[in-house]
Amino acid sequence: MNASDLPGTVERDRNFNFGYLDERTKRMIRRAILKAVAIPGYQVPFGSREMPLPYGWGTGGIQVTASVIGPHDVLKVIDQGADDTVNAVNIRRFFQRTTGVATTERTVDATLIQTRHRIPETPLAEGQVIVYQVPQPEPLQKLEPREAETRAMHGLAEYGLMHVKLYEDIARYGHIATTYDYPVMVDGRYLMAPSPIPKFDNPKMHMNPALQLFGAGREKRIYAVPPYTKVESLAFEDHPFEVQRWDKPCEICGSRDSFLDEVITDDAGGRMFVCSDTDYCRVRGARHG
Amino acid sequence: MYVAVKGGERAILNSYALLGEARRGDTAVPELSVAQIREQLRLSVDRVMTEGSVYDPDLAALAIKQAAGDLVEAIFLLRAYRATLPRLGYTRPIDTGAMRLWRRVSATFKDLPGGQVLGPTYDYTQRLLDFTLEAEGQAATAPEVASTPAEPAPRVVDLLGQEGLLEAHVPAEGDPDPSDLTREPVSFPADRATRLQSLARGDEGFLLAMGYSTQRGYANSHPFAGEIRYGLVEIELVPEELGFPIVIGEIEVTECQMVNQFAGSKTEPPQFTRGYGLAFGHSERKAMAMSLVDRALRAGELGEDVKAPAQMQEFVLSHSDNLEASGFVQHLKLPHYVDFQAELELVRRMRAATSREAA
Repeated sequence: MNASDLPGTVERDRNFNFGYLDERTKRMIRRAILKAVAIPGYQVPFGSREMPLPYGWGTGGIQVTASVIGPHDVLKVIDQGADDTVNAVNIRRFFQRTTGVATTERTVDATLIQTRHRIPETPLAEGQVIVYQVPQPEPLQKLEPREAETRAMHGLAEYGLMHVKLYEDIARYGHIATTYDYPVMVDGRYLMAPSPIPKFDNPKMHMNPALQLFGAGREKRIYAVPPYTKVESLAFEDHPFEVQRWDKPCEICGSRDSFLDEVITDDAGGRMFVCSDTDYCRVRGARHG
Repeated sequence: MYVAVKGGERAILNSYALLGEARRGDTAVPELSVAQIREQLRLSVDRVMTEGSVYDPDLAALAIKQAAGDLVEAIFLLRAYRATLPRLGYTRPIDTGAMRLWRRVSATFKDLPGGQVLGPTYDYTQRLLDFTLEAEGQAATAPEVASTPAEPAPRVVDLLGQEGLLEAHVPAEGDPDPSDLTREPVSFPADRATRLQSLARGDEGFLLAMGYSTQRGYANSHPFAGEIRYGLVEIELVPEELGFPIVIGEIEVTECQMVNQFAGSKTEPPQFTRGYGLAFGHSERKAMAMSLVDRALRAGELGEDVKAPAQMQEFVLSHSDNLEASGFVQHLKLPHYVDFQAELELVRRMRAATSREAA
């Protein structure tokens, strides 16, 4: 199903500037993005605006997307890997209304992808831009809530606190007990929150040919991973980084390489496992089915 | 079957329709007009203007109507509207000493120049439900006082300041323009002008609780309500082509000057210090809470120990905005299937390890 087949496809609303934001605001955000690209993994403060969607619902990603989108872009919006989850639908409708650009559910057809909580299974290509919605840009926040302190830690590349946390996990559980928003080191310099993607997706960030932009509206920060940048998930020599694996393949497309969602099918303990990336699953299903 | 989660778009459109219907309620009951809200729910309008950071009673009333009376939602609507408005110019600082007063009370002096002006307030009413309002009856008596504001009166802080008993607030050297936190994100430590901006648009309930905590031992600031005034102030602008100020309108504001004990420090003699609160319209609870929190946040500057939440800049300023708080708390409603799946897998693995060890 393409977005255009859905009910109520949205017309461009000429009452709003292209991309909703005024041009001066876009310029301010683009400057922040340029700085972020120049210093991979560094959190750039920016004058985040109140958007017509609530803080915590993707306002940072929306502002980044609104600042880089052009009339010839093809936009894909996903949440939890799916194009048809409610907030993804709402954000896609917002951009249809304020830009009139073409939208797609196909990862390969998109020039610009806004995402929450997933990186598509289909590898991204040069020229593509992926925009992550970020709730908590500061990877150290849960360990040190004071921003004045964490800023100094980043300045000094003093990340012992995080290593101690991971070590304590290993001492207590025998393994690192972080499954999403798993901290990464960007280009050997800045500790970065990859946003709440499952750690399964972390390796996809490493040397990715696409430009990866991160927007945190409520916390007023933008950061970036330029194409072909090293992104390493924190680990220890004797406890290397590992990703989740499932015992069973996807029950729809048979994939053994994708992140699976567990769906409860009845009230008697029935479960099925299916791809969280709906486009990947559909394309595979069409090919194999 | 799994495909049941498809169709999010149609569901959203249906939810819009249901929302409109729920907002309107029983169509046998006449619809509220924006003017009715503006005139008869003025305190709601004032709160929405204050925390929405836009002085426009009509738009605030419209937002309240659209939000079905949810004031935080109405504040959200007004803020989102405000975000893309162009800045045409900057007005001069308002002079609250020249305020035409609807109300002015001081808790520190029994009488003072200009007198105590009670004005329209619930303060001295008995909170008994008035069933004549339910019957849509009119007020029994017409007011015997003139419904015009009292003439300007000197501010209590200016009277105290003459004796040197109260700290002076001298503008910083060169009187620099304050930062604009709607354009530049706050960085910590934040200066007082930035803190006051943040508090002015902060959630009334949050500031009330923080202010209250300072009265219960979490940062003792020994406050006295030096003065609370509510009235009309003129807004002046200096157009470049004229070079002198012209009055472009009048707005209502509530100002609170809290006066606090201060034992003195190495460099300062014992004197009274000040906390400041300002809000659009008639918003006394907000202005008073704000002034308590403002004073508490000055702890560092005055050489007091920073121990209580109300004294901690990052704690107060990062959590006072109800749009940020409401959005982030309620974002938990959004799908988290993926993260939850990752956690499920982890907990199952840890449980398996535990039961292996037990066996």
